[in-house]
Amino acid sequence: MAWFKRDKKGIFTSTEDKLEAPDGIWDKCPSCKKPLHYQEQVDNLYICQYCNHHLRIGSKEYFEILFDENQFKELFPKLRSGDPLNFTDSKKYTDRLEESYKKTGLNDAIRSAHGKIEGQDLVIACMDFNFIGGSMGSVVGEKIARSIDYCIKNKIPFLMISKSGGARMMEAAFSLMQMAKTSAKLALLSKARIPYISLLTDPTTGGVTASYAMLGDINIAEPGALIGFAGPRVIKETIKRDLPKGFQTSEFVLEHGFLDFIVDRKELKAKLASFIRMMAN
Amino acid sequence: MDTSFDFEKPIADLQQEIEKVTQIAQKTSVDMSATVKELESKLEKTRAELYKNLTRWQKVQISRHPERPYTLQFIELMCDDFIELHGDRTVKDDKAIVGGFATINGETVMVIGHQKGTNTKLRQYRNFGMANPEGYRKALRLMKLAEKFNKPVVTFIDTPGAFPGLEAEERGQGEAIARNLLEMSVLKVPILCFVVGEGASGGALGIGIGDKVYMLEHTWYSVISPESCSSILWRSWEFKEKAAECLKLTAEDMLANKLIDGIIPEPLGGAHHDPALMAQTIKNQILKDLSKLKKVAIDKLVDQRIEKFCSMGVVQE
Repeated sequence: MAWFKRDKKGIFTSTEDKLEAPDGIWDKCPSCKKPLHYQEQVDNLYICQYCNHHLRIGSKEYFEILFDENQFKELFPKLRSGDPLNFTDSKKYTDRLEESYKKTGLNDAIRSAHGKIEGQDLVIACMDFNFIGGSMGSVVGEKIARSIDYCIKNKIPFLMISKSGGARMMEAAFSLMQMAKTSAKLALLSKARIPYISLLTDPTTGGVTASYAMLGDINIAEPGALIGFAGPRVIKETIKRDLPKGFQTSEFVLEHGFLDFIVDRKELKAKLASFIRMMAN
Repeated sequence: MDTSFDFEKPIADLQQEIEKVTQIAQKTSVDMSATVKELESKLEKTRAELYKNLTRWQKVQISRHPERPYTLQFIELMCDDFIELHGDRTVKDDKAIVGGFATINGETVMVIGHQKGTNTKLRQYRNFGMANPEGYRKALRLMKLAEKFNKPVVTFIDTPGAFPGLEAEERGQGEAIARNLLEMSVLKVPILCFVVGEGASGGALGIGIGDKVYMLEHTWYSVISPESCSSILWRSWEFKEKAAECLKLTAEDMLANKLIDGIIPEPLGGAHHDPALMAQTIKNQILKDLSKLKKVAIDKLVDQRIEKFCSMGVVQE
C-alpha cells in the first residue's frame, strides 16, 4: 500500500525560506500563547503585540532592525569550526556542525558586521541561538576577537548582542579559553577608549555571562530575558528550594546592579544611536 | 586508614600482604625481611606501572583525593612567611578562596588560591572550594594590591566550579569572573597559575589567567566536569568515564592542545603521597619562572600574555 507510506521525510524548508513564508502563517507567542500573524510579527519587530514578549530572533533580524536601510558589510563570514578534540557523543561533532550549517544557513553561532546606525559607524557582533544553542566555541571567540581588532583599527564602537547557553561542550577547554581571549581583547578595546556596548538577550548564561557579556562600558538587556551564570535548574538542585519568581530575569539583574538599563526592542536603535552620539562628541 | 581508589586495589592487596607478613614476623620472631623487601619492591613496581597507565577518569579521581594538599598547605610548605588577607571590601570574606602576601626564598609574592576543607566540617566551611562572587572580588583586590607594590602573583586552582547559588547570582557571579579575566590579562606584574586539583570551568579560569599556566600531573581542567557533561549529553551521570575521555581534560591533553604551558610531575601515587616533595617541586618552578619573567619588560610581558590566550582556538577559514 504505497500511498500509506511517506516517501519524503521531515520538513526541508530552510530557515531562510521560512522567513519569507506566505501570508496566513501563524505562530504562537511562547509567553501568552496567543496566535501571532507572521507579517505582524515582522512589522512589530518580533515582539508579541499582546504581552510585549520579545521573541527570540537571530543576527539577520537584529541587523535588519539596527543597521540603516539594512546595509552592512559582513566581517569574517567564512570562519568555521574545526574539531580539535575529535568529539563524539550521541553523534560526531563534525556531523552536528554539518547538520547545523544545513539547518540554519549559518557558519557558526555568531555573525559580525560593520554598518551605520543613524549615520554613525558601528560594528555589531550578534549571536544566533539556532546554531547549537548559540554556544561559544572557537569561532565565536575568534570572530569577537577579530571584530574588536577591527574596531580598534578603525576606531568604531562595538556592540555585542549575546544570546547563548554558554560554552560549547564539544570544544571543551578550547571553548573555555575563548572566555579568556575575548576578555583580554576587551581590555585592549577599553585601553583604546572605544565604546563597548553589551546587549544581553534571552538567554544569556554560563561562560558568555562570565566573560564578554558582562564587560560592557554599558550592559543593557531586552526585557524578560534569562540572564545568569549558572542555569536555574542547577541552582535549584544545589540549594534544594524553589527559586523566587522573576529570578535571573533582566529586571532582576537590573535591580541587583549589573545592568545599566532595560530597553524595549522598539527603542533599541534610537537609544543605541544616541549613546554612540554622546560618546562621539 | 587512607582513602584508596578501586583501581588501586592491587596496591592495597600488596600492602595488606606486607602487613600480614610483618605481623607474622613479629609474632614468631622469624626473620622475614627478605620477603618483605621483595613484596615492597613489587609494590613499588605495581604502583609505578599503575600510575603510568591511568585513564582520564582515574586522573579525575586522583585530583579529588580528600588528602591532596590544598592552597594553605602548599603555602605552609613552601613559604617562609605568610600574612593572610581577608575580604572583598564590599560584601564579606569568602572562605573558598584564600590569599595573602608570602615570601618564597626571601622574595615577596601574592599567593591566591581555592581552598577546600580537610574534614567534613571544614569542607562545609570552605564551601567545597566553590567560590562566590566575593571570592573572585577578593582575589582581584589582592592582585591589584600586588600590582601596586610590584609583587608577582601566584595562584593555585582547585575547584569543582564557581558556586551555583541564589546569592551568587544576585551578587553577579558572572560579572565577578568576567572582571577577573579582563583585569588579569592586563595586570602589570608576572602571574603564575597552577592547577593543583580540579580545574572546573569559569570558576577555575577566574584566577587562571597567567604568563605561565601549569597543571600538576594528575589534575584536570576543562569547561565542565565529566559528570555534568555526561548528564547533559547522555542525560545520565553514568557516562562520566566516557565524558572524561571526550573532554580531553588531563594535563597531557591540555599541553598537547597548547592550552597550558607545562606539566608539573607529582610524587608517585599522587601529590597526597608526599605533599612536601610536591610543594618543593612547585616552589622550584616558581623560583625558576620568576627569575626569568622579571627580566622581561612588563608591557612586553602583558602583550605576550594576551597574545598567548588570543591564539587559543581552532578555526577554519
